[in-house]
Amino acid sequence: MTSDFTQLENFGHSLKSPSYVIQPHTAEDIHQAFRYARKAGLTVAARGGGRSYNDAALNGGGIILDSSVMNRILKWDKVKGRVVCEPGVTLQQLWQRVLPDGWWPPVVSGTMFTTLGGCLAANIHGKNNFRMGPIGEHVLEFTAMLPSGARVLCSPSRNADLFHSMIGGFGLLGIFLSITLQMKKMQSGLLEVHAWPTRTLKDQLTSLEQGAPRFDYIVGWLDTVTIGHGQIHAANYLHSGQDPEPQKTMQLSYQNLPSRLFGVFPKSLLHYFMTPFMTNIGVWGINTAKYVASLRSHTFRQPHAAFHFLLDYVPFWEQSYGRAGLIQYQSFLPKETALAAWTEMLALAKARGLPAYLGVTKRHRPDKFLLTHALDGFSLALDFKVTDSNRSRLSALLQEFDRIVLNAGGRFYFAKNSETTKATAQKFYGKQTLSKFLKLKKRCDPQRILQSDLYRRVFAE
Amino acid sequence: MTDPYKIPPSTPLKPRKRTIVIGATGGIGAALARKLGAQGFSMALVDRELKSLQVLCDEINKQAGETVALPYAQDVTEYKSISHSLSKIIAELGGLELFIYVAGVIYFPGPEEYNFQQDLKMVEVNLLGGMAWLSEVAPLFQAAKSGQIVGVSSVAGDRGRIGNPGYNASKAAFTSYLESLRNRLTRHGVNVITIKPGMVRTSMLTLPGAPRPVLTVSAEQAADRIWKAIRKRQQVVYVAGIWHWIMLVIRHIPSFLFRRVSF
Repeated sequence: MTSDFTQLENFGHSLKSPSYVIQPHTAEDIHQAFRYARKAGLTVAARGGGRSYNDAALNGGGIILDSSVMNRILKWDKVKGRVVCEPGVTLQQLWQRVLPDGWWPPVVSGTMFTTLGGCLAANIHGKNNFRMGPIGEHVLEFTAMLPSGARVLCSPSRNADLFHSMIGGFGLLGIFLSITLQMKKMQSGLLEVHAWPTRTLKDQLTSLEQGAPRFDYIVGWLDTVTIGHGQIHAANYLHSGQDPEPQKTMQLSYQNLPSRLFGVFPKSLLHYFMTPFMTNIGVWGINTAKYVASLRSHTFRQPHAAFHFLLDYVPFWEQSYGRAGLIQYQSFLPKETALAAWTEMLALAKARGLPAYLGVTKRHRPDKFLLTHALDGFSLALDFKVTDSNRSRLSALLQEFDRIVLNAGGRFYFAKNSETTKATAQKFYGKQTLSKFLKLKKRCDPQRILQSDLYRRVFAE
Repeated sequence: MTDPYKIPPSTPLKPRKRTIVIGATGGIGAALARKLGAQGFSMALVDRELKSLQVLCDEINKQAGETVALPYAQDVTEYKSISHSLSKIIAELGGLELFIYVAGVIYFPGPEEYNFQQDLKMVEVNLLGGMAWLSEVAPLFQAAKSGQIVGVSSVAGDRGRIGNPGYNASKAAFTSYLESLRNRLTRHGVNVITIKPGMVRTSMLTLPGAPRPVLTVSAEQAADRIWKAIRKRQQVVYVAGIWHWIMLVIRHIPSFLFRRVSF
């Protein structure tokens, strides 16, 4: 088996971690990688699209199983809407396969370049978490390989404990081999989108809470430089009859994101022009302009892909954050404590001169997965630019954020936060949950072959 | 497998560069290890004796306030175990950005003495150990398209003089090996630095038969200069800088004269 020593990065380009990268083609290749690792005394982690903002898919000095070659859609039943995929299948492959037949993945992330293996490992949520839960709730069954080479078949009723812990288990219990998902029936390739401005953070959270029961999707943009200005985008599926030409709007040609701005300017170059604006003043200017433009409430129809995959609208946007990259800090708070806690946090960030350059809010509900990040409340995701001179100040700020979030009964999500410590994780998961997870780890992987940088930072005993 | 990871994790806001120092308890090696510890590196310190390594690691870790230095007792002439040691060290550090070979020995033969056993030792430590380690490190850095290699050679490698044929030969060969690596690896984004110390006030200069010290620098000054070379990604550096000019002259002394001089 050949492996390449490769300098891998997180999605935000703020962390480097070299690993021996192996691309398995089959389950047998994965088994062989485990045997090789055991012999060489190395650890193994899985990596899909590499879209995590933190160290979830990094394993410095160890082996990385890159799932990108195991990307076949094995079975697609367009009558029942059931699909069986290998773990390296991306959301892009998936929606492009199912939409022309009138279906859509029930839960998608903000980028379509994530793989299903990664989506399950992180148990991703979309802008409809309050309604549809995380992606794990739409998994009918999956098979996974344990480091011993044994295969396990899991569903909500079979090996239920493994089902609810491998989904959201960040690849630390086993490696997904195949995943069976239920798609959602569509009557149109369009969504009806409503956009309206919010003046304060309180406004925004109220909009999310009151809007959620009326919409299929809802998401807020928060200007964290001025604190409070923002905009809500809420969307509903179209019912049969509302779209005069559903066959046409569900075609891929109707959905694909344009690759050029105004039909001429290649969007793949756009991020170079964004770089100069990635400063406190530049972002203030952009946010203010964006808010002014959003003051007009309006309703429009938008293709699914354009509504969901905002992160793909400007390719390589994450490179505009410069040499030291960016980090994302996402906190989940109960609806009772969210406003006070975030008001305090955002004021603190502003006072320290460390405003987040992007703020996104969502509405959530709890789920039954062991390492769940969701709760009955809201989430706020904040993007911070990292520079050589702000690292220690930003680190101090985030430590205070952690304290505020923990005191407010909040949670964190390990596809995002990169600075959370073991002690913090113990507090919000609770000792019982964590020891339950580690017990399962012992059962599935007694030699602790499956390790990532995230595992060593947060989970390892 | 027990969890070997004693080094704190590297995060975007607390990034750690990782280094291996071979020959870490020697004069220049120890000074350099202390310097890199103060610069926030995590490091594996390799030398023959575990005890003195532990003392050095304790000192560096205490200074840093956390575990940043790990001791590895290994002789550079145990060529066969290097591959395994390297992958183990990289796994425990979580990566590798900088590799430093500063192991070296010197014996001073009398002006008319030939001692093959001593020559063999010098070639093994000064040259073959370096080649053995770098044969493992170079392909990794080449594949990763990044990394820095520092080899500590000597001004003694610039000309073969009457005093110490074995030492001159070992250092000349190491200088040449590093130059080859530089020519191989620069195109892959890897920086190879050759350090050529003149006289550094370490135990080497107190050995019987050692030459009279001239233009010396302290080990700390040498470490500072090497750190500057690492920071600036330089290529060939004389320590102290004056040796650059001295050796420029010496390199150009024609043989018919060089045969007659007494140094």
